[in-house]
Amino acid sequence: MVESPEHIAEVWKVLFTVEDPEIPVISVVDLGIIRDVRDEEGKFVVDITPTYSGCPATKVIEESVIDALNEAGIEPFEVRTVLSPPWSTAMLSEEGRRKLKEYGIAPPADESTDKMALMGEERQITCLNCGSKDTQMVSQFGSTPCKAHFKCKDCFEPFDYFKCL
Amino acid sequence: MAAANPLYDFVTHLGDNALILGHRLGEWCGHGPVLEQDIAMTNIALDLIGQARMYLDYAGKLSGENRSEDDMAYKRDVMDFKNALITELRNGDFADSIARQFFFDQWNFLLLQAMTESSDETLKAIAQKSIKEVTYHKRWSSEWVIRLGDGTDESKEKIQRAIEDVWMYTGELFMSQPADADLIAAGVIPDVTGLKAAWDEAVKAVISEATLTLPEDEFMQDGGRKGFHTEHLGYILAEMQFLPRAYPDATW
Repeated sequence: MVESPEHIAEVWKVLFTVEDPEIPVISVVDLGIIRDVRDEEGKFVVDITPTYSGCPATKVIEESVIDALNEAGIEPFEVRTVLSPPWSTAMLSEEGRRKLKEYGIAPPADESTDKMALMGEERQITCLNCGSKDTQMVSQFGSTPCKAHFKCKDCFEPFDYFKCL
Repeated sequence: MAAANPLYDFVTHLGDNALILGHRLGEWCGHGPVLEQDIAMTNIALDLIGQARMYLDYAGKLSGENRSEDDMAYKRDVMDFKNALITELRNGDFADSIARQFFFDQWNFLLLQAMTESSDETLKAIAQKSIKEVTYHKRWSSEWVIRLGDGTDESKEKIQRAIEDVWMYTGELFMSQPADADLIAAGVIPDVTGLKAAWDEAVKAVISEATLTLPEDEFMQDGGRKGFHTEHLGYILAEMQFLPRAYPDATW
């Protein structure tokens, strides 16, 4: 078959419908997991990248991508895993950040905030419930590899924070 | 493997470190002292297993025998494992696991930092990916050394004893093998002997903040990279490899 920019756009459109299994409101494209879609000698190649090395969702995402492309009748295609450059929370789209927040997960602060935290300084993460900045990290490891566990010192609500990587 | 294959050996060493320590941390699942730390240890385990997959996938390709990551993990016996002995030590109590993790994380971070400059594209990519995760591990284990050391009399006594027990297994991390020389010269792998000074400095800073003391013993046990292991590794493999050995090629 002959590919064209429209065909590539068609593949992206399908990929936008694939959701993260752990955060089922956000597309894998918005998460920054889809690194590239291109035409290689008549074959669509989709590059995907893992978020955390051991994230169990990675395999599920790969299978969901394959299923979605099959269902949309896209062929032939190949899904490849690439490690470099490593995934970073900076790859989350603005739309992705907004959806995370709506879903109840505080989106990652910019990288410098987390670097400060890694140096042992406090970071300012806003409580999703009441908007207070007086929040405290309970644990830098949360319910999934990508999240840290926070609590608000004003309204006492616990919440997840999508930590910077 | 008949012919010498130094890169295979080194990559397998890193993969086995991550796999075995990841397995040990996984044993804490449901047994952590508090929920948050149970979750922390299993999160770190997950990162390490993920890193092990990347290394062992690569080692399988380097083996020249088309081995998969699963072949590497499940179809080798004790003598073929190249992990440093520190990674296979028993969990003991929380302090024992923290001491083991602290010494290893400090080393792993420095190793990965050096390996992000590797001339080997795959090792470089794995290092760039893993160092972000290991930065969090190192922070967590260092904080716990400080919290236990500068905590109650009992926590201090336990972490001090744990540090003394694990100490003799730290030296091996800085011993390179004769076969590493060419790879080091070519910029493929870091020279682990060169990481010692930075490790000493980082470890001493944390130990001092924790009001603890490092042992002065100089005897260091080695053997892991040559396949000479403690008695503990066999038990780990017996548990880890049972299913794929009892039901070869089982899928789900």
